[in-house]
Amino acid sequence: MWIYEKKLEYPVRVSSTNPRLAKVIITQYGGPDGELAASLRYLTQRYSMPTPQAKAVLTDIGTEELAHMEIVATLVYNLIRNATVEQIKAAGLDPYYVDHDKSVYFVNAEGVPWTAAYIQSKGDPIADLHENMAAEQKARATYEYLINVSDDPDVTDTLRFLRQREVVHFQRFGETLNLVHDWLSSKKVFY
Amino acid sequence: MELEFAAIELNLFLDTHPEDRCALADFEKVSQELMKAKTEFEARYGPLMNFGFGRNQGDTWRWIESPWPWEINFKGFELYGEE
Repeated sequence: MWIYEKKLEYPVRVSSTNPRLAKVIITQYGGPDGELAASLRYLTQRYSMPTPQAKAVLTDIGTEELAHMEIVATLVYNLIRNATVEQIKAAGLDPYYVDHDKSVYFVNAEGVPWTAAYIQSKGDPIADLHENMAAEQKARATYEYLINVSDDPDVTDTLRFLRQREVVHFQRFGETLNLVHDWLSSKKVFY
Repeated sequence: MELEFAAIELNLFLDTHPEDRCALADFEKVSQELMKAKTEFEARYGPLMNFGFGRNQGDTWRWIESPWPWEINFKGFELYGEE
């Protein structure tokens, strides 16, 4: 069960209409290292996690990623909602516009739609936790590239929050990996 | 928002440090303050959460009356105008 809370985890401020910035930020919505991939990756891997800590970490971080997905969608929507067709064409966003108008869809920065192939669920907790740590680092790197590209200081502020959360999640997954290693080495019954 | 962020951080930390007494005490304190703040918010602005986890307190369905998160410009807390 999930309960929706009618607020953002972190405020979204947008200085001005900027379809060019929306075009790249959308990759954190529907790209390979984006928030949809992150939340679905963790929430589907949790079923085969062996320890109470690992089950909790995947459930809670997977849930927080859903809140980040909402932040990214809010950024994208408010960067394009008032854009004129001329602005959209100038930003190279017209192929997106003809398919989606100004709605928010799961694509990467190049317009490629989201696919389940972006995520893995191997059943082996060591393999899955390594995948998650790599995913957090890739997401951190993506946010850093977005910050490099951003020309809106208000948007950059939100991107910096999201980048920092990836660092915290990486830390928690690393601790979880150590706990799972301890659990595996203390297991007396092998099957 | 700050209380909720503290609660998220403590929750994730406790997931991997379930016996940390200091974090347990902080979580208890923050979660009590958070619930108090949410109760006050909901009395003023309507339910924060759906499915009965927030109180409506009014003779109209306040869930649909307040703006949605993507409709608020936090720059000066203004609502985005219609196009």
